[in-house]
Amino acid sequence: MALIEVKGLKLGYENRVIIKNLNFTVNEGEYLCIVGENGSGKTTLMKTLLNLQKPMDGEIIYGDGLKKNEIGYLPQQTIVQKDFPASVREIVLSGCQARCGWRPFYSKDEKKLAEDNMERMGIKQFAKRCYRDLSGGQQQRVLLARALCATRKILLLDEPVSGLDPMVTAEMYSLIDGLNKDGITIIMISHDISAAVRYATNILHISKKIFFGTKDEYSQSDIGKLFIMRDYYERGRNRDV
Amino acid sequence: MFDNLSKIGDYLEYPFVRYALIVVVLVALCASLLGVTLVLKRFSFIGDGLSHVGFGAMAIASVANVTNQMIIIMPVTIISAVLLLRTGQNTKIKGDAAIAMISVGALAFGYLLMNIFPPSANLTGDVCSTLFGPTSLITLTMDDVILCSVISAIVVIVFLFFYRKIFAVTFDENFAAAVGTRTKAYNLLLAVIIAVVIVMGMTLVGSLMISALVIFPALSSMRLFKSFRSVTIFSVILSVCCAVIGVFIAIMVGRIPIGATIVAVDVAAFIFCWIIGLIKK
Repeated sequence: MALIEVKGLKLGYENRVIIKNLNFTVNEGEYLCIVGENGSGKTTLMKTLLNLQKPMDGEIIYGDGLKKNEIGYLPQQTIVQKDFPASVREIVLSGCQARCGWRPFYSKDEKKLAEDNMERMGIKQFAKRCYRDLSGGQQQRVLLARALCATRKILLLDEPVSGLDPMVTAEMYSLIDGLNKDGITIIMISHDISAAVRYATNILHISKKIFFGTKDEYSQSDIGKLFIMRDYYERGRNRDV
Repeated sequence: MFDNLSKIGDYLEYPFVRYALIVVVLVALCASLLGVTLVLKRFSFIGDGLSHVGFGAMAIASVANVTNQMIIIMPVTIISAVLLLRTGQNTKIKGDAAIAMISVGALAFGYLLMNIFPPSANLTGDVCSTLFGPTSLITLTMDDVILCSVISAIVVIVFLFFYRKIFAVTFDENFAAAVGTRTKAYNLLLAVIIAVVIVMGMTLVGSLMISALVIFPALSSMRLFKSFRSVTIFSVILSVCCAVIGVFIAIMVGRIPIGATIVAVDVAAFIFCWIIGLIKK
């Protein structure tokens, strides 16, 4: 059974429909990239998958014993966070909040989990540092460690590399790739089609026409060819400037 | 100097001075406890709006001439807090405009009411002390002190019990909601607590001044400390110290309003922390 199965999903705000008749499945261990233009509804889709927003129609079925609060989430950074006085440890620990229930403090196991995930993301030496003093890439690692505290199975990432320089971006991609190889299912929103084609197993392209398939099918499809080519030329042009 | 110190000693002999001091410390503690979260969540405006609403409610209460004004002020302010929170998050109606509407409306309505049905002969004095706090130490009964202590104890216990969740919701509401934390319930809880704290402190430092007690210690502490816990702890310590110093200054100088003095000390502390923060960098 699929980890997440989306059937006939219709998304939008109030009376404006953004996406309709969306169908796709995510199986354990897969790496799904969601690509598409700005405003095509990628973030809305992610928020719906996370149960932060109700779909207008259709359903999302969580399988393989995946509970709704077992999804790790890496949101886009908010303005509030840029100036937030919090230590790295405090933030990573907050990934365990769902495990606590009504208990007002974190248990030893949860603290251990936070330490392990800081280690895994290579930020243990920053544990006492203030989040706002870290670089963009380090901040993303902190949020990734927090997301890992919330899940063992699946991560939803909303543009994890936006605003990062090319080298840090490459590091971030290989970090995420490593997590996927460790068995964590990845769903990622991305602007970067070349990276999507490189790392993902499946691609969901949202525009007027919706494409869902493996990355090879995507590379062969008309819409895929068009976007990969356009991306290639845009990169070339950016290099020339 | 020694004269003044012995003057404070003399004053402390009086129970009403001790009562006022206890209540000031409790108000300062509760206000600053939530300040960090309110500032970071960009909720400071709720505190400000609520203090205006508190004025309106107090006007109604004094016109209605009820024995215990809290019976009217507390529920009105709590309901307004919930409403303000709703409008603040509503993107359809401009949140800040709605808040301005409610708070200025309450202010105007309260003032109007006090003019039409003057509760006492000295209307200007009444309005002034409601807005800016009494000019001298007000006389509190033992019952007032007990009520204030109970409310403070509840505020502190609720804060400590939900501290981790409050941090999580403050830092990243989307993430918290995604992993199943009931963010709306916690926002509501925060709004109710802040309403209670504002009502508690209003009679002491005045309705316009109370939001300063919420915001300043948090902002000062944020200049210096780097983790949420240390920022919260320091802002509470700072707030209590400023409040006590403010009361003593007010007593020593005499005939100056306590609320304004405490806020002035808070401002001075902020400037001090700001400069130290700059030097540390």
